[in-house]
Formats: sequence, C-alpha cells, structure tokens
Amino acid sequence: MLISWTRKGLLAAAGAFLVASGSLAPLVAQTPPGVLIVGQIAEPKSLDPAAVTAVNDFRILVNVYEGLTRYKSGTLEVEPALATGWTISEDGTEYTFTLRDGVTFHDGTPFNAAAVKFNFDRMLDESHPYHDTGPFPLSFFFSAVQSTDLVDEMTVKFTLNAPYAPFLSNLAYPTGLIVSPAAVAANGMEFGRNPVGTGPFQFGEWRANEAVVIERNDGYWGDAAATQAVVFRPITDSNTRVAEMLAGGIDLMVEVPPTSLGQFSGDDFSIAEQAGPHVWFLILNAKEGPFADKRVRQAANYAINKEAIVNDVLEGTATVAAGPTPPAFAWAYNESLDPYPYDPEKARSLISEAGVEGAELTFYVTEGGSGMLDPVPMGTAIQADLEAVGFDVKIETYEWNTFLGEVNPGLEGKADMAEMAWMTNDPDTLPYLALRSAAWPEDGGFNSGYYANEAVDKLLEAARTATDQDERARLYREMQAIVQDDAPWVFVANWKQNAVTNDRVENFGLEPSFLLNLQGVAKN
Amino acid sequence: MGSYILKRLISAIPVLLGITIIVFLIMSLIPGDPATAILGSYATPENVEKLNRDLGLDKPIVQRYFIWLGNMLTGDFGRSFSLNRPVIDEVLERFNATLILAGTSFVLCAMFGILAGVVSAARQYGWADKAITFTVLIGISVPSFFLGMMMILLFAVNLRWLPVSGMYAIYGGGDLPDLISHLIMPALALAAVATGVIARLSRSAMLEVLRQDFIRTARAKGVPEHRVIMGHALRAALVSIIPVLGIQAGFVLSGAVYIEIVFQWPGVGRMLVDAILKRDLLLVQGGVVCVAACYVLFNIAVDVAQSLLDPRIKT
Repeated sequence: MLISWTRKGLLAAAGAFLVASGSLAPLVAQTPPGVLIVGQIAEPKSLDPAAVTAVNDFRILVNVYEGLTRYKSGTLEVEPALATGWTISEDGTEYTFTLRDGVTFHDGTPFNAAAVKFNFDRMLDESHPYHDTGPFPLSFFFSAVQSTDLVDEMTVKFTLNAPYAPFLSNLAYPTGLIVSPAAVAANGMEFGRNPVGTGPFQFGEWRANEAVVIERNDGYWGDAAATQAVVFRPITDSNTRVAEMLAGGIDLMVEVPPTSLGQFSGDDFSIAEQAGPHVWFLILNAKEGPFADKRVRQAANYAINKEAIVNDVLEGTATVAAGPTPPAFAWAYNESLDPYPYDPEKARSLISEAGVEGAELTFYVTEGGSGMLDPVPMGTAIQADLEAVGFDVKIETYEWNTFLGEVNPGLEGKADMAEMAWMTNDPDTLPYLALRSAAWPEDGGFNSGYYANEAVDKLLEAARTATDQDERARLYREMQAIVQDDAPWVFVANWKQNAVTNDRVENFGLEPSFLLNLQGVAKN
Repeated sequence: MGSYILKRLISAIPVLLGITIIVFLIMSLIPGDPATAILGSYATPENVEKLNRDLGLDKPIVQRYFIWLGNMLTGDFGRSFSLNRPVIDEVLERFNATLILAGTSFVLCAMFGILAGVVSAARQYGWADKAITFTVLIGISVPSFFLGMMMILLFAVNLRWLPVSGMYAIYGGGDLPDLISHLIMPALALAAVATGVIARLSRSAMLEVLRQDFIRTARAKGVPEHRVIMGHALRAALVSIIPVLGIQAGFVLSGAVYIEIVFQWPGVGRMLVDAILKRDLLLVQGGVVCVAACYVLFNIAVDVAQSLLDPRIKT
C-alpha cells in the first residue's frame, strides 16, 4: 500500500516537473536585441573612478565617463578626448589643455574648466569639501600635480612639481576620468552608485550582485552608441561564466579560462585576443644567495622553458616575454631584443662557472591574484626546469594578499625568487617602481630583489622628465637592453587578454589597454 | 516554556559576542591588510599607510573593536570599503537571498530525507529500501558544487530548460515563477547531501522505533499499517530526527557558500568569501553575526520543538 502510494507520488511529481519545465521554457529565451549582456568576473566595487582599482570596474567606467585624453584605438598612445589639444611648457612642468565645447554631463550640467579643476582638487586636495567622498587609492598617479588652475571657461592648466612625462597617459587611465561635480555634490558618498559622466552611455540601474545597466546617451557629443543598453553581470566562477556563454545567457565574456577556449571554436562564437601591457616575471634576489651573481640570474633565464609555459600551461594565451617592457608599448619597445632561449646546457655551464651547483632556492608562489594567470602550475613548471639544471628548489605558496605582504617588503633573508606580474598604462611605471636602486623596499618602492644599476637609474629618470616621445622611446629601449642582460628578473610571459562573443555581436575588439570600449559594438 | 525560550535567547548573547571577538582577532591575525588588497601591485608602504589612515585602520585593534561594537549596538554596522556601501544594506540583501536558497533547500531535504527514511524503514531490504539507500549514498558522496555544475551542463546548457545562474532574469523577470526557475537547481544541489544524511538517520531511527513494543501493540490492535508508520512510529522517531535537522540546517547554511559561487546566487556565503579575500573586516563581521544569529536561533527552535515532542526532555 505504501509502495503504491509512493509510486503515485513519484508519477505526480514527475508529471508536475514536466509541466513546470514546459512552462519554464520561454523564461530562458534569448536575450533581447540591442541589449548587450556582458559577463564580468566580479561585482564592481563602485562606479566612481576615484574609488576603484580593478580592471573589472574600469571596463564599465570607460563607457560612462571620459578623460581629457584617451588611448588611440589599438594602441597605448594618447589622443584627445574631452580636451581637444594641449601645450606643454618648455621645462615640462605646465600642461595647458583646451577643452571640448558643447559637452554636457548626463545630468545636464556643462563640462568646463571648473569641472576639471573640481575633479583633480577633489582627489588631491585634502581640504577639498568633497575629498571625503573617496578614498582615492590611485591618486598617486597624479601626485606630480601641484595645482590645477582655470585659465578661462574652456582652458585649464596643470602645474607639476617636476617634469613627469607619463602625465598624459595617466590622464587616459581610468583614474583620470572626469565626473560631474553637481552629481558628486548631490550624492556625496553614494556617488559611486549614482555615477554621472560624459560618455556614450549613461548609468541606468545597479541591482546589487545581479547587474549594472548602462543606457545609450542620446546627447553624446560623438558617434552615438550602437546598442541601446549594456548589462554587466558579475559571474565570479569561470565555469559558470562559460556555461552562461554556451547557454546564451550572456553575449560577451571576458577572461575566458585557457582550458575553455576550445568550447568556443564553432561558428556560433568568435574569440578576440589582444596582447596588453602585462608582464609576468620572477623577481630574483640580487642582494644575497646564488642570484647575487649575474651569471646565475642569466642561467635561470636560460634554464626555464618559457615556450612550454605559454603553450602548455597557458594554452597559448600568452607570449614569451623578452624583457621588462611588454611589446604592447609598441612606441617604447625594443624590437631588437630576443627572449633568452631555452638552453639548459648553457645554464649548467654558467652555474658551474659561478660555483653554485646544487644550490638550494626558496621560491615564493602565489595561489592567484590580479594578472598572475595560472601561478601554481607555472611555479611547478619553473621548479622542474630549475631542478633539471641542478638547483634544489623549495616552493612556498601563499594566498595573494599574504603573498604581497611577504614580497613587497623585499625578499632579503626570506627567499631567492618570487612570482610577480604587472599591468601598467605607461612604460615608465613598472621599471620606475621596480627596477631603480632608489625603489628598494625600504625606500617605498617595489624593487623587492634589490637590483641596482646606475645606468638604468639615469635612463629611467631621464625618460620620465623628457617630454619628447621619440627621446623617451630611445631611453626606454636602451634601458631594456641593459636590464635584459643584467637579468634581475626571469622574463616569462606577456598575457594576451581574450574575450568571446556570440554570433549576435558585431564590431567587437579588445584594446591593448585592457579596457572595454563598447561604443561601436552592435547586437542583433 | 516562555521563560525557557527567554533564557536560551539571553544565553545566545555571549555566544554572539564571542564570535565577533574571534572574527575580529582572526581577521587581524591573518597576514595582508585591506589597503594591500585594494592597491594590489601598487601597495607601496607609503600608499598602504595613507590608505589605512583614510580607512581608519591606523588605530589599535582593541580600540577599533570597541568602536565597532558601540556602533553596532546603535544599529550602525559601518561601511564596507570593498563595496563602498553600508554593511547593513549589503548583508540584509544578501542574507535574504541566502535564506530563500537555504530555506528552500532545508525544506526539501527535511521532506525528502524523512520520507525516504520512512519508506526505507517500512520496507527494510525491499527494492524501495535498496533503491533509496543507493541513491542516498550517491547524494552523500557527490560534492554539491560538482553536482551543481553537472546540473548546469545538463539542464541549462544542453536542454535549456532552466537558467544557468543568478536569482532573477536580467530582463522580464523578477516575479515568483522567475525566482523558482532560478532556484530549482541550486536548491536541489544544496539539498542533496543533507537529504542523504537525514534519510539514513531517519531510517535507523524508524527501524529502532519499529522494533519496540508499542508498535507491536498498535499492530495487534489492528491499526492500519500506514497509521502505524506515519502516526505512531514516525512521531516517536522524530525526537531523534529533529536534532539532526538542526545540525543539517547548519550544513545547508555553510554549504550555501559553494552553491552560491557555482550558481552565482547573490547570497551571504559568496559575500563572505569575497569579503575575507579583500580583508573587508566590517563586512565579514556583519555577515558572520547575521549567520551566527540565525544558526543560534534555529538551534533554539530545534530544542524547543524537541521538548514539545518529548516531555521527558526538561525545559
């Protein structure tokens, strides 16, 4: 009796499920045309350019806001955006910008010199009435700015405390995006959830942990956006993101895991790839231990099979790095440098020349982290290569924040080598912060391996203060050649960012800046 | 009974206070600080110090704890720096989502678990018992996140019956059918393990009761078998099943962390994981206090229910 009752129950449940699944079918219908749905890797922290540091959030911001300059499509060179032009004083400390006429913020207030001054004073002047609407974690991008002054209604002048060549490209970085002063005044701390800029899209709504919606700005000064709206969905788990893409729940997916790329090989999807300003390297402790000897540092560069790492571990989502500057900085990149070839024989002979055969090495590996790609398998591959040439490599693995807390204060007394990766917006940033002798950890820099070379110091200082781009490029190329030979790092990989779109999306391309410009992207 | 509940509620206060102290201590003991988490590669000692000052993290830990405690008692849980919004808004929103998911799961696992246990026990060694025991073993053995991923592949990617992830459709959703269609897979995946555990324990509790004299008496009196099972035996077995439900409720709540990540459910579990990785102390505190309070309250409810069922248990 009980059994027959259960059977009936089962039948009823199965029937109900079938009916329910039938009625549910329309709910998972296709996404609407004209609305692009983007699968992001995380919920944005804020939509206030002042408050954010993550590429994930920048991808939304650059469609809502604009800066005085921007990166020319397909490059990392700057071109006018909200400024139509600029002049630089002879000594490189005064930048005067002419602003674009007739631009209004999404709230209807005009864009002018006073708005620009408001933005930079808010970030840099601790006594500014809206400085407390921060914090401004990346304000040091503009720490060279001494004052921002109005010349007239549509002209603004920045005075720097010293010549600082990366200033123009920092203005194109998301930290330099211009927000509406009226909206900051109206919303205060909540501005980050009610963003107002001048960009091709305006803010629609933010449903916490579900979606950020931005809509076409019909009053945009440039070409109107090709979609009616863009929806950014945070999907932290990459497998789930892949499943959403396959099921048609999202139209565009960024940061596809290398192992999932194969699932998008059909005609229904297209894969975009773009090398960016990223470099993945090993910091070598040049102060003590085996790596204090340049020959051993070079030996490590020869011993590690970088081709195998980018092709097998990273499934071709990166290229082999030749030096400290990524090739994405095309104008400053030294084309004549070839990566250290994989040559274990040469590595062994350099090691025996230096007399450190069988040396024990402590290797810091992180479990994850921004730009770190696949750090544990990469670390074990590196360990195997170094052991093959006779080192005894001991790996210590840390969670990302803990890892930074160990590595940034310097490797002295703790480790011989550590994984690291950087994404920057100017060829100045990384070498200036991580290769100068004045950037050792105790001086507040990131030179955690204590590399020091006077010639490199001089070149970097000179490149930072030269305002002529060709001159800067020459200095950076020379620096790259010296650094490659000195081998303070093992230069491993330059990441290629990827994205997948479905066949309803048109005109999509990735930018070397790793930002996501969606103005011209259409969806059918 | 009223004074018993009140006593239990009062005794929950030191438990919750203790939890806040432990969380505060753990969060300050683990290496890495919020400023480093925010700044990432740009975390120079100088930048870190400035940002810590801006975030109010330069004060000693004891002082910070009491500031937090004082504020919390007035209903101010502080502001999450990683999400740039008041902690209480975020936690309540997220907690609501978790309650919907975990609550549904809990109802499912309690219902199916007890039912399966009863059927198994009533038909010991019969085909139903064997089928249930086998299914239950699978349910217990397969990790819930794996089960979730497989369900996504089958029902969302291949069959396209159900949406992959999220709580509501991005467009045209927001109503109850939409919520249910998003809830089915995560709730089932989350319920699987707990259902198995409850089924096994219900089965053994029922078997024990069925061997007792009063069951034989009931049968001898000619009470129909389904009333013997559902009325006499189950009622007696519930006394030992209900505490298991209380424990399983805790497992369902903690298991929600994985399921929320797989299904992108905007719940408190996923929030806590993110908050810990970003060293967002105030958000972790707010979330943990909320979850702990819920767990404590639920256990009180279980104890009360148990004492109602079994008068021998002293209140």
